[in-house]
Amino acid sequence: MQRASARLGFRPDPVAREARRAPVGQGFRRDAGWWALILPAVLLMTVFYLAPMVQVLAISLTEPQPGLGNYERLFTSESVQRVIGTTLRICVTTTVVALLLGYVLAYKITLSTPGVRRWWVLAVLVPLWISVLVRAFAWVTLLRRQGLVNETLMAGGLITEPLPLVWNEFGIVIGMVHYMVPYAVLPMLASMGEIDPRLLSAARGLGASRLTVFRRVFLPLSRPGLIAAGVLVFIFSLGFYVTPAILGGGKTLMVAEWIKLQILDLLRWGLGAMMATMLVVAILITLAIFSRMVDLRRIFGAGGTA
Amino acid sequence: MSTAGHALGLRGITRRYGNFTAVEDVSLSVGSGEFLTLLGPSGSGKTTILMCIAGFVAPSEGAILLDGRDITGLPPERRNFGMVFQGYALFPHMTVAENVAFPLRVRKLGAAEREAKVRAALDLVQLTRFADRRPAQLSGGQQQRVALARALVFDPSLLLLDEPLSALDKKLRAELQEELKALHRRVGRTFVNVTHDQEEALSLSDRVAILNHGRLVQEGPPAALYERPRTRFVADFLGKSNFLQGTVRQAAQGRFSITIGNTQLVQALPAGAAEPAVGALALLSLRPEKIGLLDDTASADNVVKGRIVTWSYAGAGYTVTVHTADLGSLQVTLPTWRAPIAPAEGLPLRLGWSADASVPVEEDAA
Repeated sequence: MQRASARLGFRPDPVAREARRAPVGQGFRRDAGWWALILPAVLLMTVFYLAPMVQVLAISLTEPQPGLGNYERLFTSESVQRVIGTTLRICVTTTVVALLLGYVLAYKITLSTPGVRRWWVLAVLVPLWISVLVRAFAWVTLLRRQGLVNETLMAGGLITEPLPLVWNEFGIVIGMVHYMVPYAVLPMLASMGEIDPRLLSAARGLGASRLTVFRRVFLPLSRPGLIAAGVLVFIFSLGFYVTPAILGGGKTLMVAEWIKLQILDLLRWGLGAMMATMLVVAILITLAIFSRMVDLRRIFGAGGTA
Repeated sequence: MSTAGHALGLRGITRRYGNFTAVEDVSLSVGSGEFLTLLGPSGSGKTTILMCIAGFVAPSEGAILLDGRDITGLPPERRNFGMVFQGYALFPHMTVAENVAFPLRVRKLGAAEREAKVRAALDLVQLTRFADRRPAQLSGGQQQRVALARALVFDPSLLLLDEPLSALDKKLRAELQEELKALHRRVGRTFVNVTHDQEEALSLSDRVAILNHGRLVQEGPPAALYERPRTRFVADFLGKSNFLQGTVRQAAQGRFSITIGNTQLVQALPAGAAEPAVGALALLSLRPEKIGLLDDTASADNVVKGRIVTWSYAGAGYTVTVHTADLGSLQVTLPTWRAPIAPAEGLPLRLGWSADASVPVEEDAA
């Protein structure tokens, strides 16, 4: 022990020496070693993710002829504008409805006892395990002209003509909300779970009514989860394909189906690639805006303590 | 702040959770301006009682009265009680000032009046400088003081404290204990405190109520509880105690004697206590600090001989365990300052105490 410290006194041990020299250049080489460890992941991302995206971008700028012709359509083509408008409208509606339903669910689950909570979470998660295709067709059988809903309403004498519940925006929104609610619930559940229940008791003890407790304490503390859920659902909705394709019945087009139509049916690769690029840009912009409002790491993490 | 304290009464409070009875038939009254502490080990029901008073838990039976008015059915937000929660429960998304202003805001006070009261409350706990900080930026002791300011700012009829000092380290705890006591004197309000820390209970309270297994075991001023514990549990929980159990031999003139093996002990009958029947078993509680060290010639009402088994140095005193033939092991504390002996294992000692040093106590009900 004594000998070791004496040696230290004369000559710093290698680790300490290196640490002192680190900023000059030694540190960089050591960091490079660490970077090498994630190289496989970087390569994987480049080959299977980045490269195809760059190719999509390239196609959008080169087909049918080089230039910004495809992007010009954003401002000139009514059909392009209509599909973007429809998509945004459906996505915003879906997000708002899914958030409302999801918030109520998450609130209910958070305030229930642990035993009950398990069943609630299971009930929320089960739909996630059923194929989106199955769910979309299930909605069709329920909502079509001779479907359960219309038949029941007509048998009950509430309506004389079947209501147009499917193969339109309404049908799409129903199917999408159904799909999105779990994605809205989960981040909000994480955020609400972080709220100390004593805060709610404290607020009531200090004279706040249940409504005031919710408005002044619970709602602000669950806000990060609400925003995270909103971003998640909105971004998911933007690129939704199966549900709108089935429940829209080919009459109401959203961006993903429109891209498929351009590329596979009309063979207009350039236009499809342009829209795909715009979709990615829209997602990145959404993320950029919301990352300023809330720490996006909290989407699957936690909120409420900041 | 006004100085009007309010009187609180508990009448036969019982709280059951399924088959489990957390609180059983507890009746208590807290006088206006009094500092009452509910003291008990964990699971004794003390927190449940506090939650009943606050209105978060509805008693299964019994009534809660404030100045004689029944408030049992009133929701917590309409009781107008200030409460300091365990862990303080400060709102993390509000600044210190906003936290303190919260109870005033929900009472819809005007901005000017609100500001003045918040300032006064923060002054009271000396935190005016930290008004714009978030709770997370404060130390534990400061958070505790914010919680106090928030609980007092709206002139509550009662201040409830749920283990207010348990999250703090020992030194800070002692400091805040002093502050809390001074605060109580300053605001003249009725305080009800819950703790499992007997030292805190003794030093803070005007009156202490000791609970065990959901029942009220004994209540009274700290000194009375310490000097005249009613049961073995109280004697053991408040401070330390030796227990001596023997058979009553004779009782006369305010004294009785018991024998344990070949040792006879004399016990003074405390005021108001009934004379025990000869032949019955009696249990005595004897505090370690009331046992004295006798030299060879000195005498006392009770004298026993023994040897030191273990000893430890605790600054102000030695804590010594002495083995005796008939009484088993006795805990003795001796002052270290000018100690007549240097403790050593195996050292023979003569111990003595007067007839009024120990008190007869009841065995706990099963």
